[in-house]
Amino acid sequence: MSETLTLAKALNRGLRRALQANPKVMLAGEDIGKLGGVFRITEGLQSEFGENRVVDSPLAEAGIVGTAVGLAMRGYRPVVEIQFDGFVFPGFDQIVTQVAKMHARTSGRVKMPMVIRIPYGGGVGAIEHHSESPEGYFVHTPGLKVVTCSSPNDAYWMIQQAISSDDPVVFLEPKRRYHVKGQVNFSARPQPMHQANVLRYGTDATVLAYGPMVKTALDAAEVAAEEGHSLEVIDMRTLSPIDWVTITASVRRTRRAIVVHEAQRTLGVGAEIAARLHKDLFYVMESPVLRVTGYDTPYPPSKIEDEFLPGVDRIMDAVDASLAY
Amino acid sequence: MQGQSDHMVQLLTPEGVRVEHDDFEFTGTTEDLVGYLKDMVLARRFDTEATALQRHGELGLWPPVLGQEASQVGSARALMGKDVVFPTYREHAVAMCLGVPMSQVLALFRGCNAGDWELLERFRNYQIIIGSQTLHATGYAMGLQYDGMVGNENPDENAMVVAYHGDGASSQGDVNEAYVFAASYNAPVVFFCQNNQYAISEPMALQSRIPLFQRAQGFGFPGLQVDGNDVLAVHATSQWAFNRARHGEGPSFIEAFTYRMGAHTTSDDPSKYRRDAETAEWRGRDPIARLTTYLRSEGAIDDAHMASLDQEAKDYGASIRASIAGLTDKTMDEQFRTVYAEESVALEEQRREYADYLATFEEPA
Repeated sequence: MSETLTLAKALNRGLRRALQANPKVMLAGEDIGKLGGVFRITEGLQSEFGENRVVDSPLAEAGIVGTAVGLAMRGYRPVVEIQFDGFVFPGFDQIVTQVAKMHARTSGRVKMPMVIRIPYGGGVGAIEHHSESPEGYFVHTPGLKVVTCSSPNDAYWMIQQAISSDDPVVFLEPKRRYHVKGQVNFSARPQPMHQANVLRYGTDATVLAYGPMVKTALDAAEVAAEEGHSLEVIDMRTLSPIDWVTITASVRRTRRAIVVHEAQRTLGVGAEIAARLHKDLFYVMESPVLRVTGYDTPYPPSKIEDEFLPGVDRIMDAVDASLAY
Repeated sequence: MQGQSDHMVQLLTPEGVRVEHDDFEFTGTTEDLVGYLKDMVLARRFDTEATALQRHGELGLWPPVLGQEASQVGSARALMGKDVVFPTYREHAVAMCLGVPMSQVLALFRGCNAGDWELLERFRNYQIIIGSQTLHATGYAMGLQYDGMVGNENPDENAMVVAYHGDGASSQGDVNEAYVFAASYNAPVVFFCQNNQYAISEPMALQSRIPLFQRAQGFGFPGLQVDGNDVLAVHATSQWAFNRARHGEGPSFIEAFTYRMGAHTTSDDPSKYRRDAETAEWRGRDPIARLTTYLRSEGAIDDAHMASLDQEAKDYGASIRASIAGLTDKTMDEQFRTVYAEESVALEEQRREYADYLATFEEPA
């Protein structure tokens, strides 16, 4: 059984199914109840499941995350929505000090089965603090798992897998792809959450992307094909842990790798990939791992965001550079 | 005393004389009070031993509870079977009243682990980050409410949560957010603030220009100030607040007006920021001395009782000292294995890497 849905609607359906499947699952966040969230991801869920399971929160991110810690201790599986990427920082201490460390601090006695949903990334012409890519902070934090979806099918399944996890999951939603449509297969067995996905096979270089950049990477692969270059495109899907098996297997074949992300470059996910591939595939690779990323500036005003964000042309430049070694 | 309200609830004066209060009365028996005296004496003994253990290098650090015994024992003894406590890092007397194995509390300060004692379900782990636990307490209380554990006719089916915090924490954003959430959802949580007058060196006046209990009104729930060195008054006010929460009447705030007789921690030097005269004045308000005086005047205890209690405290102290030897350190292997509840391939790789590294030191067979 399958249906064509937007990524936003697929998330909504995934959340709905999780709420149906387990009475301990509950949602909390700003404006998620009556309004259904500013992106309508939780639309209709409060009227269906009630105000105790889909909770409108006061405007306080530390409060939202911190009370979710207590709810998780009480046996609930809270799914909290951070309204926008740039709003997560008031809740940062609770996430890195409490959510991430609770299991280790209590030597495994206390689990934190919590999902922190964050619409992230730019490209939507938003005002400041609404286009951030904060994944690096969370990937750097032991105790958290970090995943991101790029398609409606993944959105539907991965949100349910994240909710089922006994560990806290930072679930990053590519807000500029919320309205992308795709087939959602409701009955097929889903891919494991912590596994990357080879979306396009190729032989000349591997392009690694995740979240909003997956579509950009696929577009680049189309253009490259017209120019006679065969690019392999991997949707990483899971940023903590990273699926090294899939990534190294691909790069071992193509011997070239280009990482693409919106987040700033320094010490970003691309840096970890470069370090790892250089260690594991030092004698195999034909060229250094190249990074196509946001620049190390604050996210710029929206009128110039297209210059900051990686696009097809910048990816193609990197492909050319990689192939020229 | 600065910050002390004319309306501060007191049922036993520093001189050990029972006084009446219009709204609150101690509902326990004299026998209960004899029990609280024992709790406080043992808590102080435990604290003295822990401080000494730190001085002997057995603990890395110790935050003494000295002087705050009545605040902690009085509130802890008002708890019921399903109530849950979210402590700071100084609620040693509460832990003791709830039956937490106290050597496991020492283990945290010895550096053996990060606080993974038994009874975590009732007495949650210590929080070093100031005020974080108030949000956890509020969330947990929301959960109790969703679980239908407030407002039942049968009191045994009800429960509530106590969030302990200090005067310094009252400035934290998390704590103020906890007040907002608790009020908005009418959560069964009581914020029990031990105003011990100092946040390390910073006096109360730096945190608040008004008595702390008055803040509660602004958040939309009742607050009161109680003599934190008067175990009867602390018990009476706690019972009132806890029952309100259990009955579904929502959050409340208790400011236990007390004094940290010792240092903030064993690394602190209070002589740099407070006068001896001030400490001496508070010594005259000692919680144990006043209860002892009262119980003696009632004929409930005598010299023989006190001698026996003293011996019990000495034996208890010896058992605490001895318990240190039984503490084991968390291993790096366990550290790797407890980061996640589920298996992590990435971390397993590092765990093996470390094990392989260790193996290089082994003598060949």
